[in-house]
Amino acid sequence: MSDAIIASTVLWGFVFIYSVMATMDFGAGFWSMVYLDREKTGATNIANRYLSPTWEVTNTFIVALVIAIYSMFPGAAYTLGTILLVPGSLILLLLALRSAFLVFSNVATEYRKILTYISGVAGILIPALLISVLPISHGEYVNFGDDGASLDLGKLFTSPNEYAFIGFAISSTLFLSSLLLSDYSKVSNEPEAYKVYRKDAMIAGPISLVMAILIMLTLRTEANWIYDKMMDDLPLLIASICFFLVGGVALYLPFFTKHNVTGMPRAAVVAITIQYLIASYVYGKAHLPYMVYPNVTIESGFTDPNSFRAVFATYIAGFAILFPGFVYFWKMFMKDSRYLQKKQSKNPLKGG
Amino acid sequence: MDHVTIARAMFGTTMGFHIIFATIGVGLPLMMLLAELMYQKTNDFHYAVMAKRWTKAFAVLLGVGIPTGTIAGVQLSLLWPGFMEVIGRVMALPFQIEIYAFFIEALFMSIYVYAADRIPPWMRIISLTLVAIGAVASAVLISNVHAFQGTPAGFRVENGRIVDVEPWKAFFNKSFLVTAGHVALSAYTTGAFVVASVAAFKMLKAGAGSMLYGFHKKALMIAVIAGGIFALLTALNGHATTQHVFEDQPEKLAAAEGLFETQTHAPLTVIGWSDKEDREVKWGIEIPWLLSFLAGNSFDTEVTGLNDFPEELWPPLWVHTMFNIMFITGSLLILLAIVTVFWDKWLKKDMFPKFLLWIFVLSGPASVAAIESGWILGCSGRQPWSIYRTLSTANSVTATGNLGLLYTLFIIVYAILGAAVVFVLLYYFKRNTVLDDIHRAEQKGVPLFGSNS
Ligand code: HDD
Ligand code: HEM
Ligand code: HEM
Repeated sequence: MSDAIIASTVLWGFVFIYSVMATMDFGAGFWSMVYLDREKTGATNIANRYLSPTWEVTNTFIVALVIAIYSMFPGAAYTLGTILLVPGSLILLLLALRSAFLVFSNVATEYRKILTYISGVAGILIPALLISVLPISHGEYVNFGDDGASLDLGKLFTSPNEYAFIGFAISSTLFLSSLLLSDYSKVSNEPEAYKVYRKDAMIAGPISLVMAILIMLTLRTEANWIYDKMMDDLPLLIASICFFLVGGVALYLPFFTKHNVTGMPRAAVVAITIQYLIASYVYGKAHLPYMVYPNVTIESGFTDPNSFRAVFATYIAGFAILFPGFVYFWKMFMKDSRYLQKKQSKNPLKGG
Repeated sequence: MDHVTIARAMFGTTMGFHIIFATIGVGLPLMMLLAELMYQKTNDFHYAVMAKRWTKAFAVLLGVGIPTGTIAGVQLSLLWPGFMEVIGRVMALPFQIEIYAFFIEALFMSIYVYAADRIPPWMRIISLTLVAIGAVASAVLISNVHAFQGTPAGFRVENGRIVDVEPWKAFFNKSFLVTAGHVALSAYTTGAFVVASVAAFKMLKAGAGSMLYGFHKKALMIAVIAGGIFALLTALNGHATTQHVFEDQPEKLAAAEGLFETQTHAPLTVIGWSDKEDREVKWGIEIPWLLSFLAGNSFDTEVTGLNDFPEELWPPLWVHTMFNIMFITGSLLILLAIVTVFWDKWLKKDMFPKFLLWIFVLSGPASVAAIESGWILGCSGRQPWSIYRTLSTANSVTATGNLGLLYTLFIIVYAILGAAVVFVLLYYFKRNTVLDDIHRAEQKGVPLFGSNS
């Protein structure tokens, strides 16, 4: 494997981890807004309990991702920075409002409603813009001129392909987050919340599958090169759909616990994660070697070999140092029953 | 404004906004740690209440510090892709390592805040220590990129291509230690005086002799002692920083000092502003020979004036004012701390005179102003270079035009966030007074930290 392939694999890994964490994060924010007025189900409570300790950690991943891109592929920095200036800035603006108001909503309890609405709505728009990076990187909306590349916003926002991606981002966010939250509510022993989230997952799941198919259909006409290369891996795509079905079955499957709750959310979570993993592997592989089609490839963008080695060494060292921290964090917030089953009146975060 | 100017203004605005929260984000965890340690030492639960309240403020400030930092990081590559191309090739390490520092801060901050009632006190202190280390490490690392911009190292440019990259040599560039030290020390100074500011204001409101007065006085004293020590260290290190700038970026030093004529026995000019037409500082006060001494530890040191540099390579001349604000504030903070400690420990007075408290109220905003000035001096004083004598700012900027609208949107969002954060802090601390917290701490079985989150 060449260094550039290793680097793009690392990058792909970051993208995948971030997408799962971000869908959870933005989705949980959205659900906590939707169920704000239905206190007795505890659904908002569950979403907040997940969200409060994790949003900072999730946010750090997006920073890690951006830094990984320009430290491993600085040759792509100029083109990427230029074409992503407008969508990137919009994401940043929304992200700023979202994070700040999320924190504020837990502090200024009297204004909780309006603050939660702002952060919930801003949060659900972010995945829609984030995913737009993918169609932009396919190249049809980029004009390569003599003085660099530029993005044709008009063309981007009139393309059905872009909207298929947006639809997929939003439905996937809702799907993955409700699925994970249903699991989280089950571990937390909150049957009411569990039922709510399981139902949401059952609705959002099929929609996201339809959106994924729409993406393929529109890719075929708009970015045929990547469509063809993805179709080379048709068996894997089919495997991915099979895992989706497994996930669906696991949700419906009767499963006996002391609360008589049906479904096996944990199994569904695993199956669906595998589904997304396979699908994004196929997509990522088809995307290679292009970073921005057709002018920027991973080879042309790749950094100096000395730099790459140094950066890679810090990945290993950093991971070794951080791993125990992540495990401790996981234990504290995902496993500790004292945290998960905290019975609090309205909101576990209520200050004072 | 032309394209480069808007980009510069836009990035400068982002940084100017982020730095307020970032600096307090470095300084406040140290203050929290000091309060926790005082609590373990004295068993006076007032200190635990203090730590708890500062943690709350810190958590709210993070709500702005983190997203604005994210903006800074991403905007750097969106607005200055030419710059990031070089940085990515040569100087990626600090950014990369900074990520680990962010993770440490984020993980243990959540643990400290949301798990405080489930972990033993020693683990609380360890978590908090890791938060403080994470915060200062991120400041040190990001300042290293700034240091590299002034003293680039670890690569050569051959026919416009970057060759012979040695990433660790770039990392340990010449001004790394002194710059990082200055940033870290000045952040601790600022964190302490911001705390002092609030405590002094509360003392003025509480009225001498009351229990609240005593509570806030304890906070004030921690802040003054820590702040005084750090202000002194900042100034000593500032002297070293000045010498580095003298050696490595002489035009920046000349502009900062308002020196036009090259000379030995150069005077230090304080106050006043540089006049480009007449090539002199108007209304300044000259302290003879001092600049030569500061720059080279000897009155015979020859300091190069701006006249010996081509005018198109001059930094903006108003950085002289920025230097003054920083330098004068730093000196006054040291004086303030000495007077206060003298008053409290030597004269053993229980009460502070009102005017002294009012000076304290001003000391926090003044430190923040010093930070802002220092950074504007650092970044604008480097112009027209983005990497000194290697890459110009004009060659770093994005090719995408029409930044005006985006700039306006960013300003609006910063205004909203700035107003909201002040409002939320005031709202929260009005509704949860010190007395509430003290009362809660006195009751058995009601965990003080459980209410922290
Ligand atoms: C509380 C804040 C504070 C205080 C009291 C001081 N500084 Fe400072 N100074 C900073 C906060 C700061 C800063 C914001 O942190 C800067 C910006 C860039 C940097 O490295 O640190 C800075 C930069 C900076 C620079 C420019 C470095 C560069 O261009 O890279 C010089 C020459 C000095 N300082 C010198 C001093 C001196 C002689 C001081 C005497 C008291 C002083 N500073 C006090
Ligand atoms: C020297 C000046 C700076 C200092 C002292 C500083 C310090 C900090 C600190 C302490 C934080 C943690 C959040 C907080 O406590 O508010 C933070 C966040 C952040 N800063 Fe800065 N920063 C500085 C400049 C920059 C610059 C120039 C960039 C961009 C390149 C940047 C990027 C970030 C990012 C991305 C975050 C968010 C991290 C996260 O997601 O957890 N900072 N900064
Ligand atoms: C956090 C405090 C900081 C503030 C308040 C600040 C302020 C500014 C200002 C005002 C400008 C515009 C300069 C001009 O055109 O006159 C600027 C430019 C710039 N700053 Fe800083 N800065 C800060 C920290 C940093 C750090 C830590 C870095 C390094 C990562 C950095 C990198 C840059 C770059 C790349 C530019 C673009 C223009 C140039 O290259 O000179 N800044 N900053």
